[in-house]
Amino acid sequence: MPQDMPLIPIFPPVLARIFAPLPLLPLSLSLTAYSKRVANKHPGLFRRLGEHDHARYILDPTDLPFVICLEPKGGTPRVFAIRGSAEGDARIAGPLAALLGLVHGAFDGDALFFSRDLVIEGDTAAALALRNAVDDAELDISEEIAAMSGPFAQPLQRLFAFIQGRSGVFLSRPEEATLW
Amino acid sequence: MELTVGPNQFFWKSDQWAALYNDLADAPVDRVVLGEVVCSKRLPFYQDRIPEAISTLLAAGKQVSLTSLALVTLKRERKLTEQLFEMGVGIEVNDLTALAYLPQDTAFSVGPLVNVYNESTLKWLAAHGATRICLPPELPLKSIQVLAAAAKDLDVAIEVWGYGRIPLAMSGRCYHARLHNRTKDNCQFACDQDPDGLEVHTLEDQPFLAMNGVQTLSDSYACATHQVKALTTAGVSALRLSPQSEDFTRLCHLFHQRMGGALDADTFAANARDLGTGMRLSDGFLSGARGADWSGS
Amino acid sequence: MVMEIVCPAGTPAALRAAVRAGAHTIYCGFADETNARNFPGLNFDRTEMREGVAFAHGHGSKVLVAINTYPRAGSEHIWHSAVSDAASAGADAVILADPGLLDYAARHHPQLRRHLSVQAAAANADVINFYAQSFGVKRVVLPRVLSVAEIVAINAQTEVETEVFVFGGLCVMAEGRCSLSSYATGRSPNMNGVCSPASHVEYHESNGTLDARLGGYAIHRVGKDEPAPYPTLCKGCFSAGEKSGHLFEDPVSLNAEQLIPQLQKAGVTALKIEGRQRSRSYVAQVVRNFRAAVDALDAGLPMPQGMLARLSEGQAVTTGAYKKTWR
Repeated sequence: MPQDMPLIPIFPPVLARIFAPLPLLPLSLSLTAYSKRVANKHPGLFRRLGEHDHARYILDPTDLPFVICLEPKGGTPRVFAIRGSAEGDARIAGPLAALLGLVHGAFDGDALFFSRDLVIEGDTAAALALRNAVDDAELDISEEIAAMSGPFAQPLQRLFAFIQGRSGVFLSRPEEATLW
Repeated sequence: MELTVGPNQFFWKSDQWAALYNDLADAPVDRVVLGEVVCSKRLPFYQDRIPEAISTLLAAGKQVSLTSLALVTLKRERKLTEQLFEMGVGIEVNDLTALAYLPQDTAFSVGPLVNVYNESTLKWLAAHGATRICLPPELPLKSIQVLAAAAKDLDVAIEVWGYGRIPLAMSGRCYHARLHNRTKDNCQFACDQDPDGLEVHTLEDQPFLAMNGVQTLSDSYACATHQVKALTTAGVSALRLSPQSEDFTRLCHLFHQRMGGALDADTFAANARDLGTGMRLSDGFLSGARGADWSGS
Repeated sequence: MVMEIVCPAGTPAALRAAVRAGAHTIYCGFADETNARNFPGLNFDRTEMREGVAFAHGHGSKVLVAINTYPRAGSEHIWHSAVSDAASAGADAVILADPGLLDYAARHHPQLRRHLSVQAAAANADVINFYAQSFGVKRVVLPRVLSVAEIVAINAQTEVETEVFVFGGLCVMAEGRCSLSSYATGRSPNMNGVCSPASHVEYHESNGTLDARLGGYAIHRVGKDEPAPYPTLCKGCFSAGEKSGHLFEDPVSLNAEQLIPQLQKAGVTALKIEGRQRSRSYVAQVVRNFRAAVDALDAGLPMPQGMLARLSEGQAVTTGAYKKTWR
């Protein structure tokens, strides 16, 4: 094992507990608003999903007390948070930092899977399509959330401001730097 | 449809090897391909029996061809492949390397280990002198129909894998040697104990594959009994039967009866299965969702 | 001359990342069954290919388009139009395996450079020269069954450039000569451009034990904290005779980084990295390493030590057939 292998930060349990009683509706609405923004900006992402663009994905940050359901719906996506567990076509589970690092291209999905930091269940092809589509889209969640406006912008901005700096997770797309 | 016996894929003692071809002289088959297709290291053990086998079969009125190796890498193997064309019988090419040595205006056959998937490749081979092509076992009936139609215009006979463990992969690595913690160069002929290959099971002990030196085969025996009519209609001119260690000539007789209509598809399958203990059949490459599937009961 | 680094790109983002990381050459394919990495969410449509080629050329890199599956009988036009579209996108070469398709490309696009894909499993100088004479092939990607000594012998007897795999997933079978996948799933590298396809993979994790099935066959089971393998058939766990384990190949990936000086001496032109299914982060990282290695070699400096194990399947690496004892 190489010495410089990055450790995947686990979301601090103390912070995770703060989320437990939070109402999930505002978060869900914000996530949907965010995903619609992504859909407008990156239509290619949905084309890449191909036959899986109507699948239901469960994204499960294992260090947080809720899961995120993602329904691409062929380009008019709906995203919502559910406490506990949920049913879907494919489930991608791992520490929040791993999931965000994946979105931002900081980590390689296969490498995370080989190291067991990421768990995939259900329709593996659908999960793969999502991962590849997201990797191509070169998303930057922080940047796009900062640029968001309207009623749903604030909860997300507050949430991310809260996380940033305290947990070490990748909230922005890193430049081509020495991540490894 | 005619019957062609393909080259024995396994490593047999030379007496057993020679006995097969003696027996085949009296079997109801039209054509026999012999020689070594899997591993060049096996050949010295029986190559001095080849000339006699050829003359016995020719005397019995069979068409006879010699196969090339399926994966030619070493200098010795290249030489061996080149020398094939000096043997005075037809050659079945199982690696395109053989075409590099093809004397001008020489007709040849193409074996199932050459990738003939489409009309252009078929035409290209025909233009080089191919007169008979056994299609790759993984081709579905639909592709076979298209290719058989194209072959008709080119005067090329089409064969289809009709029976036997299916050759699924070739490797540079010898799995039999690996299993015995040996390297390929020092294999000590670990494959000679498994005259039909060594069964490979899954973690749940489900029979899945068979190991044969550098080759990997299916556990199941492909069996085209249910497709005889469809293949005949498509214009396929021969079914290929791959030798097994027990009752192979009996199997040839069964196929002969099946072709003549004396046996129906299911009765044939039941009889064929009775020849080997616990033998599983498949025809999924021809008409199933995957190679391992079987359309019979 | 610096050895050429040939790098995979499954998406336009990966192509750009590879170019920026210093890849001399990128290989990629169209988003259909014409290429051997026909995976969900991957590959290029026609516009993306044109833009990708333009981006690469703008940065001094080349683009090779892999059209290396075997065209389906009755549907060859799909493969023919892939060749034509690669030509009109400005591709520097196409990578082909099927003799019929090579013949088509040689006749209809004689100016388009042709490379022989690893899927053709051309494993000796005689057959390589035969492909060169028949179809004007300028480069061959050597199958992963050859030792360094055999590569030396091949280069001594052919004018055709050779390209060899140095990093990534390792086929233990001769490429293009394997239908294990279609036997278990109905979909194969030769016909569909997939091996052990994700659509037929099922994972199940309970109490830390991860089970992986392909087409219903139990291929892998690993305990908690063990690295997870993808259920590629030839790297599965099986039993035969008295033995059980990875009978064909361990879940390792190829890393021939330390063999680069030997490969250069063997006359190899280009070093190929596997992994069009991997992320842009992987691509950039691997390219940077290999570019540093060939630059160091060219400058007469010692080879940098490897740091790529984490990116590898099973997190373990092998030099594969390059060392003869692998066989």
